[in-house]
Amino acid sequence: METRYLLNMENISKEYFGNRVLKGVNLQVKPGEIHALMGENGAGKSTLMNILFGMPVIHSTGGFEGTVEIDGKPAVIDAPHKAMDFGIGMVHQEFMLIPGFTVTENIKVGREISKPTLLSRFLGRNLETLDMDSMRRDAKKALSDIGLSIEEYVKVAGLPIGYMQFVEIAREIDKTGIKLLVFDEPTAVLTESEAERLLEIMKTIASKGIAIIFITHRLDEVMTVADSLTVLRDGEFVARKDIKDTSVVEIAELMIGRKVEKLVDDQEDTRILSDDDIAMSIEDFHVQMPGEMVKGIDLDIRRGEIFGIGGLAGQGKVGIPNGIMGLYESEGTVRVFGEELDLKKLGNALEHGIANVSEDRRGVGLLLDESIENNIVFTAMQIKEDFIKKVGPMKLFDSKKAKDHALDMIKLLDIRCTGPKQTAGSLSGGNQQKVCLARALTIDPEILIVSEPTRGIDIGAKKLVLEYLVKLNREKGLTIIMVSSELVELRSLCDRIAIVSDGKLAKILKPNDSDAEFGLAMAGSRKESVGNE
Amino acid sequence: MSERLKSIYDNIGLPRLIIVGFFLTILAAAAPLGLNVSSLMGDAIRRWAMYGILVLAMVPAVQSGIGLNFGISLGIVAGLLGATLAIELGIANPWLSILFAMLVGLFIGSVFGIGYGMLLNKVKGSEMTVSTYVGFSVIAFMNMIWLSLPYKSGELIWPLGGQGMRTTISLESSFGGVFNNFMAFTIGDPVTGLSIPTGLILFFLLTCFLVGVFMKSKLGMAMSAAGSNPAFTKSSGINVDKMRILGTAVSTALASIGIITYAQSYGFLQLYNAPLMMGFHSVAAVLIGGASINKAKISHVIIGAFLFQGILAVALPVANKVLPEGNLSDVIRIIISNGIILYALSKTKGGSK
Amino acid sequence: MSESRHKFMNKILDNKVVLLFVILCIGAIYASGNPLTFVSAELFTRIGRNGFMVLALLIPVLAGMGLNFGITIGAIAAQIAVFWVVYWGFKGIEGFLLGVLMATPIAILFGWMVGRLFNKMKGAEMIAGMVLGYFADGLYQLFFLYVIGGIIPVDSPRLIIPGGIGVKNTIDLTGNLKYSLDTVSMLTIIEILFFITITVLVIRMGYNLIKKTGASIVKDIILIALAGAVYAATFVPQMEAFLATDRLLLLHAVLIGIASWTLIQIWRIVNNKLILKKEDFNIKQPIAAIIAMAIAFGLTYVKPVEEILMYVYIPVTTYLCIVALCVFNNMLLKTRLGQNMRTVGQSRVVANAAGINVDRTRIIAMILSTVLACWGQLIYLQNIGTFSTYGAHTQVAQFTIAALLVGGASVQKATNKQAIIGVILFHTLFIVAPQAGKQLFNNAQLGEYFRVFVAYGVIAVSLAMHAWKTTIKPAVKDGKPKATTSKA
Repeated sequence: METRYLLNMENISKEYFGNRVLKGVNLQVKPGEIHALMGENGAGKSTLMNILFGMPVIHSTGGFEGTVEIDGKPAVIDAPHKAMDFGIGMVHQEFMLIPGFTVTENIKVGREISKPTLLSRFLGRNLETLDMDSMRRDAKKALSDIGLSIEEYVKVAGLPIGYMQFVEIAREIDKTGIKLLVFDEPTAVLTESEAERLLEIMKTIASKGIAIIFITHRLDEVMTVADSLTVLRDGEFVARKDIKDTSVVEIAELMIGRKVEKLVDDQEDTRILSDDDIAMSIEDFHVQMPGEMVKGIDLDIRRGEIFGIGGLAGQGKVGIPNGIMGLYESEGTVRVFGEELDLKKLGNALEHGIANVSEDRRGVGLLLDESIENNIVFTAMQIKEDFIKKVGPMKLFDSKKAKDHALDMIKLLDIRCTGPKQTAGSLSGGNQQKVCLARALTIDPEILIVSEPTRGIDIGAKKLVLEYLVKLNREKGLTIIMVSSELVELRSLCDRIAIVSDGKLAKILKPNDSDAEFGLAMAGSRKESVGNE
Repeated sequence: MSERLKSIYDNIGLPRLIIVGFFLTILAAAAPLGLNVSSLMGDAIRRWAMYGILVLAMVPAVQSGIGLNFGISLGIVAGLLGATLAIELGIANPWLSILFAMLVGLFIGSVFGIGYGMLLNKVKGSEMTVSTYVGFSVIAFMNMIWLSLPYKSGELIWPLGGQGMRTTISLESSFGGVFNNFMAFTIGDPVTGLSIPTGLILFFLLTCFLVGVFMKSKLGMAMSAAGSNPAFTKSSGINVDKMRILGTAVSTALASIGIITYAQSYGFLQLYNAPLMMGFHSVAAVLIGGASINKAKISHVIIGAFLFQGILAVALPVANKVLPEGNLSDVIRIIISNGIILYALSKTKGGSK
Repeated sequence: MSESRHKFMNKILDNKVVLLFVILCIGAIYASGNPLTFVSAELFTRIGRNGFMVLALLIPVLAGMGLNFGITIGAIAAQIAVFWVVYWGFKGIEGFLLGVLMATPIAILFGWMVGRLFNKMKGAEMIAGMVLGYFADGLYQLFFLYVIGGIIPVDSPRLIIPGGIGVKNTIDLTGNLKYSLDTVSMLTIIEILFFITITVLVIRMGYNLIKKTGASIVKDIILIALAGAVYAATFVPQMEAFLATDRLLLLHAVLIGIASWTLIQIWRIVNNKLILKKEDFNIKQPIAAIIAMAIAFGLTYVKPVEEILMYVYIPVTTYLCIVALCVFNNMLLKTRLGQNMRTVGQSRVVANAAGINVDRTRIIAMILSTVLACWGQLIYLQNIGTFSTYGAHTQVAQFTIAALLVGGASVQKATNKQAIIGVILFHTLFIVAPQAGKQLFNNAQLGEYFRVFVAYGVIAVSLAMHAWKTTIKPAVKDGKPKATTSKA
């Protein structure tokens, strides 16, 4: 017997300027089913959803390959409103709500009900008068459909966050003919009880015949509420399973599993790593970085170690270096070779010999309209008063010394440029990354923190950068902390890897620990045990 | 080849090309109309150097990230206070007089600038809007103050029971012309030739040089970085807010020096509403010279001030020859200065809020 | 007890600007020694003259474009029309209407251009508006000084500078446009309104009958009958005599106002309670309004108030225009267009995602505001009677915006009420400041400077407060992540 799918996306492929982000992916959802879409960052989930929604970014970059069928019939969705016409709605992670409007107004935004007037018959629909009574009735119905009992005339601004999300959901189901709702990481900003409420609401909606695509990395939520799931990995379709036929461990393995290539030769390792010689010790560390909150982490990093910090995006791993360097407010204790850092004092980490290569290379790592040499020497000039010549009472920039040093770094890191005077903004991504690295190394640090070191760099350059890091570690004894969302990278050269989930430390693993261990740690769980079998 | 031309064209921008073209046209029209080109050029040079420092005040402001400083009125007021104090104290020696005026102006200007900088730190993103009206309010407030200051000197106040200070105060007895006349010389005929106010030009270039040295110092580079990329600067351990205050204070202090330089060249101090639009003119000048909302160099100041003042110096006599009535030069100034500001604003703003 | 005191303190803080200015005005009136009757007469004249313009600022605030410093351009459109109307020799209300007819298309074009410019500079509309105002002034001067008379030959020694090129600094409007709107008698207005009402109702009835929309025509017939009755009443001799004037004694205006508002409240009660039977209708509101009207009526017997009311005359037509604009602003909010503007003003991102054409909505807002500003300037000029060719439009933006802000409005929120209160307070200050300065400091000039400073200062403070970033940092440790509701 043929199972009739509500949504059938077959063999979807998409490439962005030669870079294949989706390769023959399938997604099938039955009516009234809750279907989880899972995968690491960069697995292709967002791209797949963009295709489903007909977002302009897909069509302005060459469209996609593959077919999309809705209710068995081919569907061409090349604009967001077409997706709406087909009955597809989306509950975003960043709420599309207007705080100053009432719940009714938010539910009905852009689709207000109005009555025609004399003028409107001649001058257009926009001059019709609003029918507040009908709108209120519709809003009440939508709210009760999802089992919510808030007054529809309340302003959204005063509501707790969980309620705001429910208003967002109410808005979607108020749209006539809604058949499929996509939830993108909905529980990310919710408390535990709010998240439970949300899962209940999802079940209620599904029982009314509306299918749900549930994008999440939380395995426990998936096990609780989903009927089936699809796993993507590196843009490829890995598996589609019914929940009753699988387990948490299996899902974790499917999300992670791939071949790891060790970058370093264990024989040549002459380092002595000791638990008594700690380079950096972090205690009860909290960081207020929007989107990457850290909620209490304890770590000890040994001198001479290459320590990896991994985890999914938004889980807090990037918040750690940002907090240490003082870019965001933080609390807790950070000790560097025994001395405590003053987290409130900007630049204190730099003074203690910690250098950081930021994950946001264009936004934080570079002065895009300055020359390569100015970029490379800037931090050292400010913190260590290097590259300065004193002329009387004034400290002037020593551009000759800067130029010489820049030339050295260009040679050392093989930065492809027309010379040290070229503007940093005009370099390719990989070379920009090298300039950031050069800047960090110029202050001659004791500890180097690199975040997302090979993001946006081509394969060849990736290997070079990583090998150079290992070289620095082995030859100079430089302690390196590497924060990355690419597990393969971390497992290829780190001595230990800490997985951060939900702002806390999930587990510290060794590179050759099983895939399932990594998957489970990343997937995080609110409950202690997640079904061990 | 045509791609390079196009990129140069895009960089310079249509309004600037129009302005340069306009300047060259009226210059070319001068001689055939029977005007003395040397005296016109001399006028242009003098106006360039006397306004220059006011335009220079834009550089630290733009570089530190607060955008175009429409509020240099604060600095102008500080300078005027210094100058009027010098006259009140009756300092006879013109050099001492102007030195005193500048020191007092610098001090008051720096204090004002620090407070102003603290305000601007609170309104990040709307600095230009706020600074325009703060500038206007300050001038309006000072109008009341000029009426009430307890000055006694006959030079400063209206005689015979009039109230408050005069609108225009002559600098003949104090430091009028002290820079201009220093080592001044004339090329060609003493009356119709090209007169060069050497002292003034030297002072202007000296100030430019000092500012340039500052921009190349450790502090100056930190300040420029703060304006260019606050996140980057913060990650290098520099307090961005402090840098912004520094830039504002230096800008305001320069403005106070600038107005005194201007006044000594003009020969008069102008109080009340006269400095109301000086902020706009200085902004326009630096923009004409090639600056943008985010980046301003000293070369922009030198070129821009020359073009802007040059047009005004040449346009008025030319216009009077062509159309005897009306104040065409003033109208042109309004159109040019506001036009270029509008152009610069429309280039950068795109989708913020 | 402290709960209500807390609420009271909050009420004061919310309205701190208005309260400050009320105190300032009272102080200044007292200090100036001006008799209240004089102040009131001047004040009511100024309200009539400037009120319309201030109300024109509301729509851009609604649409999220901030304070419209570009109303200068609407004023310029009006002035261009005024020149030609005077030159062609049209007088009185016909001249005024011709001015409206000429200026409106110009204002629409200008408004469209300004709207497009503002769309390029989202987030910087206010500074763009400021600079644009000055730029437009330059172009205007170019046009009036060199084009008129020069390129466009105009032969009129009364209007043109001797020499033939350029318009004179001042043009006297007495005899042509002065008081052209003010002097329209109430009788004329009622006649016009009657004919318009009948036409609209007949069209609506006809449309409903022909298109068979099923809408009730009974209501329309009743309304036509009512209109007919009102019109017939005006033929009664006493009524006719009363209505034939153009200036209404303030006392009569206030009484008429109280009576009509009370009737409206009664109608609301009857309509909602008895006819439509809405359960959630709040009856307290109209009852409170009726009580307030009763108190107001009582107040008119208080001596000083009565004195003022018997002294001041207001030009009815002009005031009716102001009332009409208030009604228009309210009605706009009840339409889809108004709701779209509100949505765009609150969040462009959400508006865009909801399918609203953000750019088009903003342009419509600008066109409306510019046209209204244009009409406002026409009203201003006809009342003040002299057309200061190069100065009439230069301070318009500053003073109008300052007046709006004094009434308690802000860059994000402005209502009819705030506009009216602002006009009253700001202009009261304007009237008494010079005399107050003279009495307090022996310097009338000081008072004049003070009022200009107030105008600039109020705008500076309001802009700063709008941009002020108060960062409340939550405790890091318990920091629950706050969802970033799109404030965009």
